[in-house]
Amino acid sequence: MSQNQPVAVEFQNVSLRLTDDHPIVADLSFDVRDSEILVLLGRSGSGKTTTLKLINRLLVPSNGRVMVEGVPTVDWDATRLRRRIGYVIQEVGLFPHFTVAKNIGVVPTLERWAEDRKRERVRELLDLVGLEPGLFEDRYPSELSGGQRQRVGVARALAADPPLLLLDEPFGALDPLTRVELQRELKQLQARLSKTMVFVTHDVREGLHLASRIGLFQKGALAFLGSPKEFLHSDHPEARAFVAGLEEAGETP
Amino acid sequence: MSLIEYLSRNRVEFLTLTLEHLVLVGMSTGIAILIGVPLGILLTRRPRLGPPVLGLANIFQTTPSLALFGLLIPMPFIGGIGARTAIVALVLYALLPIIRNTYAGIQGVDPAVREAGRGMGMTDRQLLFMVEMPLSFGVILAGIRVAAVIGVGVATIAAAIGAGGLGVFIFRGVAMVDNTLILAGALPAASIALAADFALGRLERRFAPAPARLAEVRAV
Repeated sequence: MSQNQPVAVEFQNVSLRLTDDHPIVADLSFDVRDSEILVLLGRSGSGKTTTLKLINRLLVPSNGRVMVEGVPTVDWDATRLRRRIGYVIQEVGLFPHFTVAKNIGVVPTLERWAEDRKRERVRELLDLVGLEPGLFEDRYPSELSGGQRQRVGVARALAADPPLLLLDEPFGALDPLTRVELQRELKQLQARLSKTMVFVTHDVREGLHLASRIGLFQKGALAFLGSPKEFLHSDHPEARAFVAGLEEAGETP
Repeated sequence: MSLIEYLSRNRVEFLTLTLEHLVLVGMSTGIAILIGVPLGILLTRRPRLGPPVLGLANIFQTTPSLALFGLLIPMPFIGGIGARTAIVALVLYALLPIIRNTYAGIQGVDPAVREAGRGMGMTDRQLLFMVEMPLSFGVILAGIRVAAVIGVGVATIAAAIGAGGLGVFIFRGVAMVDNTLILAGALPAASIALAADFALGRLERRFAPAPARLAEVRAV
């Protein structure tokens, strides 16, 4: 990744506190560059999901600004902003009363696309995430496996072709094999579509595999930000702890 | 005189009273839906209103029905003798199950589904009508069913304030110590309650998510 790529998202001294005492994230300043996969890595409760929600304005900073496409999130119309950002969460959150096709077509429906265009887009997306359209478009979420649901979740996030994708531990609930498969496919997808992605995980192996850059969170602050290679050689104690975890698992990076 | 004999001899009065009874229950349940469902939705948006509103509805529900009818009679505008007062009382009775089930049904929608909807840029109204209402429709309908069945029973007491209905037979029977007459009011009322329960129950099953989909609602 070159340094002079345009910036998709920029955090400027962002803090969020819900009560007066303890900030959930404190004084975050970093940017997400165009077409990169920025992995936010950290333990549970380190503030990475909060950081993600600050981008699509599910949360609003107490201090500082989050800029998306050069405009502070608080100045965006919340629904407009969110329809420009794909959002994938661990629980997937497919609408159980909608078929797969209708689930994928939600944002196009909200954006009032014509039926033909929508149908075509749904088929294209199902192909893209490796699900046979004729076989899957009329199924309900309850008729899918965990991996298939998450594929639909990714397809749904891509529906209106948003430039930015936020992924919150999307593969966290999947079995290891499916998980690796989906990681590989996501990486290929990113190479083809060159979307900007912010990917939250606590799995260092997943992070290293996917990341253009890794941002390491510790207690609500950004402890480290750099390439996977830099991460492996960082002497930050939290980074060392994560790398040590890898080595214990018998993987010498 | 047997029950059948009595009813067939007085069939005009029987049909009139049955019709009055149905009107009392239908009107009051309908009005209670129009008030209760929006109120239940409001509570999901303003959770702080929950305890006072549900508490008030609870008070109406637990007031002995005869007392509630009596208390309403001297009220200006809504009071007096007759069907209007009875309908007001029946609405107050029907509110609690409808408000409570609307509130609980929407609260019961999987938070992940709600978050996904908001994260995709649904407005609150779109989230409500595209996601929350369809997913909680079965629960709301169950509340309406309870309200309607209670209403059929309570409406028999409406006769005490001159609102008509099948209670007329019952009160007459009590006054004349005539069991046949009491049954002439009670059995048709019970049949209406059972029929309402059955019909709304079927509707509820039709709209409730299928078992597999219900599991999905709980644990996506």
